[in-house]
Amino acid sequence: MASDVSDLVSDVSESVERIGRRVQLMEVCGTHTVSIFRHGLRSLLPEGLRLVSGPGCPVCVTAQRHIDAAIELARRSGVVIATYGDMVRVPGRCGSLEEQRGAGADVRVVWSARSALELAVRHPQRPVVFLAVGFETTAPATAAVVLEAVRRSVENFFILAAHKLVVPAMLALLEGGSVPLDGFLCPGHVSVVTGSRAYAPVVERFSIPCVIAGFEPHDIVRAIAALVRQVEVGEARIENLYPVAVTASGNHVAQTFLDRVFRVCDAPWLALGVIRESGLELRPEFEWFDALPRFGIELGADVDSPACRCGEVIQGKVMPEECELFGAGCTPLRPVGPCMVSSEGTCSAWYKYRAAMPVHRRPVGTKQPMGPVGLKLLTEPGMCAQPARGSRS
Amino acid sequence: MCLAVPGRIIEISGEMALVDVQGNRTRISCVLTPDARPNDWVLVHAGFAISQLDERLARETWDFLDSSGRDSAADVEGHRGF
Amino acid sequence: MTRVQAHARSVERIVRAHGGGGELMNRFLVDHVLVRLGNAKLNELTDGAVLESPTARLVFTTDSYVVQPLEFPGGGIGRLAVCGTVNDLAVMGGRPLGLSLGLIVEEGFELDRLDRLLDSIAVAAGEAAVDVVTGDTKVVERQNGDGLYINTAGVAALDDSVQLGFAFVRPGDAVVINGTIGDHGLAVLSVREGLEFDTTLESDAAPLNGLIQRVLGAGVRVRFMRDATRGGLAAVLADVAERSGWSVEIEESEIPCRPATRAAAELLGLDLLHVANEGKVVMVIDGDDVERCLSVLREHSYGRRSAAIGRVTDSQPPLVELMTRVGGRRIVARPYGEDLPRIC
Repeated sequence: MASDVSDLVSDVSESVERIGRRVQLMEVCGTHTVSIFRHGLRSLLPEGLRLVSGPGCPVCVTAQRHIDAAIELARRSGVVIATYGDMVRVPGRCGSLEEQRGAGADVRVVWSARSALELAVRHPQRPVVFLAVGFETTAPATAAVVLEAVRRSVENFFILAAHKLVVPAMLALLEGGSVPLDGFLCPGHVSVVTGSRAYAPVVERFSIPCVIAGFEPHDIVRAIAALVRQVEVGEARIENLYPVAVTASGNHVAQTFLDRVFRVCDAPWLALGVIRESGLELRPEFEWFDALPRFGIELGADVDSPACRCGEVIQGKVMPEECELFGAGCTPLRPVGPCMVSSEGTCSAWYKYRAAMPVHRRPVGTKQPMGPVGLKLLTEPGMCAQPARGSRS
Repeated sequence: MCLAVPGRIIEISGEMALVDVQGNRTRISCVLTPDARPNDWVLVHAGFAISQLDERLARETWDFLDSSGRDSAADVEGHRGF
Repeated sequence: MTRVQAHARSVERIVRAHGGGGELMNRFLVDHVLVRLGNAKLNELTDGAVLESPTARLVFTTDSYVVQPLEFPGGGIGRLAVCGTVNDLAVMGGRPLGLSLGLIVEEGFELDRLDRLLDSIAVAAGEAAVDVVTGDTKVVERQNGDGLYINTAGVAALDDSVQLGFAFVRPGDAVVINGTIGDHGLAVLSVREGLEFDTTLESDAAPLNGLIQRVLGAGVRVRFMRDATRGGLAAVLADVAERSGWSVEIEESEIPCRPATRAAAELLGLDLLHVANEGKVVMVIDGDDVERCLSVLREHSYGRRSAAIGRVTDSQPPLVELMTRVGGRRIVARPYGEDLPRIC
């Protein structure tokens, strides 16, 4: 295994050398972010290749207004919040769901949307609100559960609809034009649902290669090698390197479920603003399940901390270390923005794993390495002059 | 864009299936993969099967899959690393 | 039979009076606790147990157990309560002299269930060859009727020859672990609401004092030991690096792990290095003693899958680095808190 990977890494290095300039690739999947860091892949890649993490962590891109709505729901007496674990620590304006639980809210972590429905069935006197976040991989499950709720006449089950779509975000990033990219490492499991042809607009409109990859370290490096090879020969096409699970047209049944229950809408992304046709909202016939009107909650405006650069980080404009708050007022223990909260967030992964990078890779002007073990932070948490995002007393 | 693992269907009852993931058995919904049958391999994500998998390709992709999907004594003794 | 005794026998649940210090509590102690845990010292039911120590130095520790659910594959709160405290004493190099057992039981708790718990405490204490010599019972107001907390404290004799601590760790030392990681945490998760899955996984909860004394007795030069409980292997290694001022380098491919455990972690999106264990000790030993240490460990039933997983190095600043199975390198950090199952 290691020898395969090192062969592939050699291929990448040679290719990058022949290209003769820095190559910048973006991966748009939080699970890829984690896998890359967990296997130490960045430590293997050549200096001329920059791998940027994009807006692929659904927790990181959930707009603050949705977090705040979830927290408001959690505060309502009798309401049970059912959520994926990823969401529990994300800070909104007034703390996180975890903190609400400490204050008496009933917040339950579920692994499956079905568990949320079963909670509602078991506690018919209490409203259960499921936080429906995640990309196309996860949204079909929500759709299936809504349909099951209809079939079983479950009247105390609701969802906070915050699902997002990946390709519109990729296109918005490219339309913005501020991040030069040579290729995309595309999310394998989103592609299982959407099919590989979902990336056609990226390739056709912007001539940027898209390679779909699985999550084993070997798969990822192989995909990087394929991307770099396309760049080298001037190609721009979709390559599916996860054929075990991904087809050209995707999972029709899942797509049908999505289409039945949801319709595409404009959606707010954290710090990226509203991206057209990038989210999913319940169709009118399923409005009953929408937690917001049911509980009389209006989505507020997002108020981002002025110093928080999560938006730029998830667009790949800024590396975590280039954010002044990184490690200095924003740490995994005291996060300001979601990039640091989520275990998949770029900043969180960076903070935990980055010191393994060779010294010459660190951006010029960085202060002493701020690794997580045995080293003093240069400023103590809480000394940051800017108000922390979300009041955390 | 998410965590999903390969598993083998042990039995199906209506829309629900019992799936084995390397010795861990859990019930998942097959409503998104209605053609799945016992002994098929599927990709499991958040309590749902989201895709059927070709078994041969699955073994190539995930090198830790063993033949039965259950811990054998040899596996328990011989396995290193994670 | 007196009226009080008749009353006691027909009660199937704990009631407030069981903690009241009166006849009902006395009957509970005699009929339920002493019957299972009894020994010369405990049977006296005095306010305190008198212990004789063969050494001048003692190790003293305490821990409280609040795990939910109370029972899980391979163990339960009772077994944990004994093993956790015994292991804290053992990793300090101590030989346990006695344990205290404090029960805080919710009114309404089923007596049969409590009996089973006490049985498991007796079994674990027997394995560790240590007695529960004193204890306490309190009953608190009913919530759901199934709450139980345990506190155990322990005292151990510490031989003069035992010199352990972060200060003794030095570059060239080896890092050894006595078996597979992550089994306990995942076994507990497998029965938690919302996550239920059937598994071959079992908690590894086990008393390690016997195992550790064998290693010390074989002349292995041990610098430092810690059991890898909450926070997992990552937390222990982070402690070693942070407190000793030296770096630790570990090899992913050497870390013992059961395939089912790894798969369960993948399923839930957890990092195995962060998952709790209850029968694993991490030892930092002299680099030349690895063979001897492993051979002693592997002879013991709680050490069959022992492995040398890494080395202490002089790299600065002090970090814990993992050489991944594909040849990459990355830092291992202390986990934030409890890792939550993820979908992404």
